[in-house]
Amino acid sequence: MLTIEHAYWLLALFLAGAAWLNLRDRRWWHAAFWAVLAALFAGGEFVLAAARAHRELPAQIAGVGVLALAVLSPRMHRGEVRERDEALREADALRLRHKLFAPAVLIPLVTMLVALFGGHAIFGAHLFAQQRMTLTGLALACMVALIAALWVTRARPRAGLTEGRRLLDTLGWAALLPLTLAALGGVFAATGVGDAIAQLVRMAIPVNSALACIVAYGIGMVLFTVIMGNAFAAFPVLTAGIGLPLLIHLHGANPAILGALGMLTGYCGTLFTPMAANFNIVPVALLELPNQYDVIRAQWKTGVMLLVVNLVLMYVLVFR
Amino acid sequence: MRWLPLLGVAVVVIGFALRFNPVPVVIAAGVVSGLAAGKSVGEVLALLGTSFVSERALLLYVLTLPAIGVLERAGLREHARNWILRLQGFTLARLLISYLAIRQVLCMMGLTDIEGHAQTVRPLLAPMAQAAAEKRGTPLEQGERNDVRAFCAATDNVGRFFGEDVFIALGAVLLIQGFYAQHGIELEPLQIALWALPTAISAFVIHGLRSVLFARRLRASAAPTGAADPIHEPKLLDTDQHG
Repeated sequence: MLTIEHAYWLLALFLAGAAWLNLRDRRWWHAAFWAVLAALFAGGEFVLAAARAHRELPAQIAGVGVLALAVLSPRMHRGEVRERDEALREADALRLRHKLFAPAVLIPLVTMLVALFGGHAIFGAHLFAQQRMTLTGLALACMVALIAALWVTRARPRAGLTEGRRLLDTLGWAALLPLTLAALGGVFAATGVGDAIAQLVRMAIPVNSALACIVAYGIGMVLFTVIMGNAFAAFPVLTAGIGLPLLIHLHGANPAILGALGMLTGYCGTLFTPMAANFNIVPVALLELPNQYDVIRAQWKTGVMLLVVNLVLMYVLVFR
Repeated sequence: MRWLPLLGVAVVVIGFALRFNPVPVVIAAGVVSGLAAGKSVGEVLALLGTSFVSERALLLYVLTLPAIGVLERAGLREHARNWILRLQGFTLARLLISYLAIRQVLCMMGLTDIEGHAQTVRPLLAPMAQAAAEKRGTPLEQGERNDVRAFCAATDNVGRFFGEDVFIALGAVLLIQGFYAQHGIELEPLQIALWALPTAISAFVIHGLRSVLFARRLRASAAPTGAADPIHEPKLLDTDQHG
């Protein structure tokens, strides 16, 4: 049965390969960075299992690995990794034409097939574990697409690693940022940061005004999402701090509507913040944009208008 | 004492404001708020380690890179550009709005990971949008090209965020339901998901209109040089359309 763990192993293998290629090119910092990350991915399940059994040492070693990544990432300067000559690429493009699209389309297609049908048993055996099936499917789809791409382009299998490494080094440390931020959310929750902020907000607003509570809840979701880069992290904090005691219990708001619109208000905040790195910073690197805030600059107006729409919807719908 | 962990938030805000490398800033914030909460160094390290490996799923998108890299080596980006130039009537605004609609609908079905910045924006949408924008007759300047790429990424974000919340069995809705269940309020996922629809529709309308305005502005900025030769440029494209 395929599980998400197999996907992590595959990823560890790819990262180790990228580390090896960087080592051969004497790009020491890149090599060390990807090697540490590969180790964290390969050993991840072991660390979690040990922590569940109250053995702290593997988790502490993983913690040291995370600190090592923090030290290494500022040293990863975006060096040039050689790309195939543009004239050759153009010639291939004219020869292969639409065949080039087929492997790229396989990524969504296979992922979709696994998401829709992966839960069915074949001859009594389940091919995919229920947990995180879509992501397991994504990993499988990437492999299928790679094989198809090699077949279509007649490239040597090695190209998978060298070209993948080229793109990975283009991303550099930015590739890691989403994961790091999500981990910070976990640390913040464990150290009581969320509770403290909710307490502060409640001290600052006139709780008897329903409108003030709505605005505080909505703006709070946005601010917290901007700080944490993640509406999921903001939702439990703000809803426990403002939504539940003040809006639902005191003013009689509808919890289903409040929850849905509250979360979406947080999503507006995601459009404003560099902390939401996988959406706002990773594409800057992927698209080779000059300024870290270029994507945010393109989308903040949509975010502001939607924020206003959400606050109005909340005020109109939630007290029905 | 209870306010001390907030120092971690301060580290994040100051670190980002001073434009330090974000990775060490974020990890330092975790260490600071852990120590400020009275945890020992060993406990902080363990918390850091387990929090990090628990979120490994967030790096899986990297697995798309080998396949896309191999295709790029054989001219995927070049072909996407060549292809869109031959498509008749596919304007920049229409391209962006179509992509937004597809992204939202797929996310509403729970298929959030099949499109994205690495999967579709870099290899497909961005080169297509650049080519569509250049149908105005003059090539894009460097700054304009960056604007087009950034707008593509923004369109992907808007489509994803305001589609996925409508799906019943994914992250956001389940988080909301789980939170309320912990606090003694039982809700059906569908009850929650339905109330995300008005915002989803608003997002489509607002960002769709912004796409139209963006495309119009790009066309207008080409007018001074493009106007000098209004007849010949489109003709050149016309001959190519059936090729």
